[in-house]
Amino acid sequence: MIPLIVFFVCAFFAIVGAVTLILAREPIHSALSLILVMVSLAVLYLLLGAEFISAVQIIVYAGAVMVLFVFVIMLLNAGKEERTDFSKLAKYAGLPFAFFLLIELVRWLHGSTAAKSAGTITAEVSTRALSTQLFRQYLFNFEATSILILIAVLGALVLARKNQ
Amino acid sequence: MGFISEHSVLVASLIKIAVLLFVVMTALAYLTWFERKVVAHIQSRWGPYYVGAHGLLQPLADGLKFLFKEDFTPPASDKLVYMLAPFLALSLALTAIALIPFGPPSVRIFGQPVFVVSNSDIGLLFLFAITSIGVYGVALAGWSSNSKYPLLGGLRSSAQMISYEVSLTISVVGVLLLAGTLNFNSIIAGPHGQGGYWLHFIPKWNVIPQIIGFLCYLTAAIAETNRIPFDLPEAETELVAGFHTEYSSFKFAMFFMAEYANMITVSCLATILFFGGWLSPFPDSWHWQLFLPAAGLLALGFYCAYDVATRMRGLARLQLTVVTFLCLGLGALCLLHPVAQVVQGPFWFTAKVLVFLFFYVWVRGTLPRFRYDQLMSFGWKLLLPVSLANLVITAAVIAFITRHA
Repeated sequence: MIPLIVFFVCAFFAIVGAVTLILAREPIHSALSLILVMVSLAVLYLLLGAEFISAVQIIVYAGAVMVLFVFVIMLLNAGKEERTDFSKLAKYAGLPFAFFLLIELVRWLHGSTAAKSAGTITAEVSTRALSTQLFRQYLFNFEATSILILIAVLGALVLARKNQ
Repeated sequence: MGFISEHSVLVASLIKIAVLLFVVMTALAYLTWFERKVVAHIQSRWGPYYVGAHGLLQPLADGLKFLFKEDFTPPASDKLVYMLAPFLALSLALTAIALIPFGPPSVRIFGQPVFVVSNSDIGLLFLFAITSIGVYGVALAGWSSNSKYPLLGGLRSSAQMISYEVSLTISVVGVLLLAGTLNFNSIIAGPHGQGGYWLHFIPKWNVIPQIIGFLCYLTAAIAETNRIPFDLPEAETELVAGFHTEYSSFKFAMFFMAEYANMITVSCLATILFFGGWLSPFPDSWHWQLFLPAAGLLALGFYCAYDVATRMRGLARLQLTVVTFLCLGLGALCLLHPVAQVVQGPFWFTAKVLVFLFFYVWVRGTLPRFRYDQLMSFGWKLLLPVSLANLVITAAVIAFITRHA
């Protein structure tokens, strides 16, 4: 009963956040909406029993990535977005396609067994189990990702030092 | 009745939250009094003295003043975000305290642990999650005021908090490696916790093997809470009042309370991670420690009685008499054996947290403010490498010991 209420509240906030993210004209409002979406998603993860993922979602996305976004928006003092009219392509091809996609998605969700069993907790994923998997079985993938991120950091350094 | 027994956890949590909120709000109010008093005595002044005996009613007067002041909103501000920022700052700061265990989980009423609201398995991660979004309160306040100085304050604060959060988190990982868990109660008294003694009298607190981590944590924590010497977001000589320049009335008070709540959280965390939380520093065989809370309260009561008899005049005399009887009564209650046993955990926890809070105020009364470039180079070029080195050394030592044991 209570998890269901929490689910609907968070789902509502996630959708509202996602919609205002697109509709807001002030960049900071968009950023705030995105933070709302991320925090709501974190609570939904928590409802699914994924405590670790939920906390990391908030720390990394809401706490680190979005702080940098907000920081940059504040630093550049970005003005309001200007509205343009819908492009012709979006109007005549995009909207029908999006509608078609929505119907197809609903039809698939309605029929699939995977969607029906989603949301029921099969096993509590402890932080210990997660890290054992990550650092034993998937160690190579983990290290490969780390090197990828290291390359990105070095790239940022090179770009920043170009003019000196 | 059916609802209550079905949702006993929910009901117990709500009651605990209400009590905790009351206690924390009172503590916040008297923390301002404590800070003003200590700083005053450091500077050879008296501090608040006239509102109530020893200025004890000053926080109440300040609170009323904030409530009745004009709540001015700058016309060019972003109204929604301007309203949201202080609420965000205060509510996040208060939420974090719900994760702190103030006493052992074995003390239960109706099967519910009394001294902690949420004994989460990933308590520390949740705490960091909550503090990591605490930046938005300050940053958004700076932006939404639509004014130069708050914007600069907000920018400084976000840059500072991002920089020091890295060191703060890394300095704590050493403790996590030792404890092997993220749950606060297990970090304190789990299988690899801080119970037990070296040489029968030195408590096995993490501060001894993790002294470097502790010093890094303490420095980063002061920076995270925007306190002197790291209070550049509100440096009054440069930025008027920084991010809260345009805030007045109770919205200003909310930022103030958020800062003090963060101070309490950070001190609690230092106590839990490095100083054994609610564990007593003395071995269990020293039975007289059971009566320390009572002794402390009675001593305070007798001092107040002496003060009433010799120095206080008029209304202050009456107020201090009430305080005297409160202290003596509570002290007498703590002499009872069952009460003394229940009070042990919270007593040691509060005592340790008070030491840290005093340290905070002491630092404020002693050190001058950093320059901005000093702040940044200190955080990135000294604090981060040292805490990283501490992490690597701790991990290496633990790996070595587990291989050869």
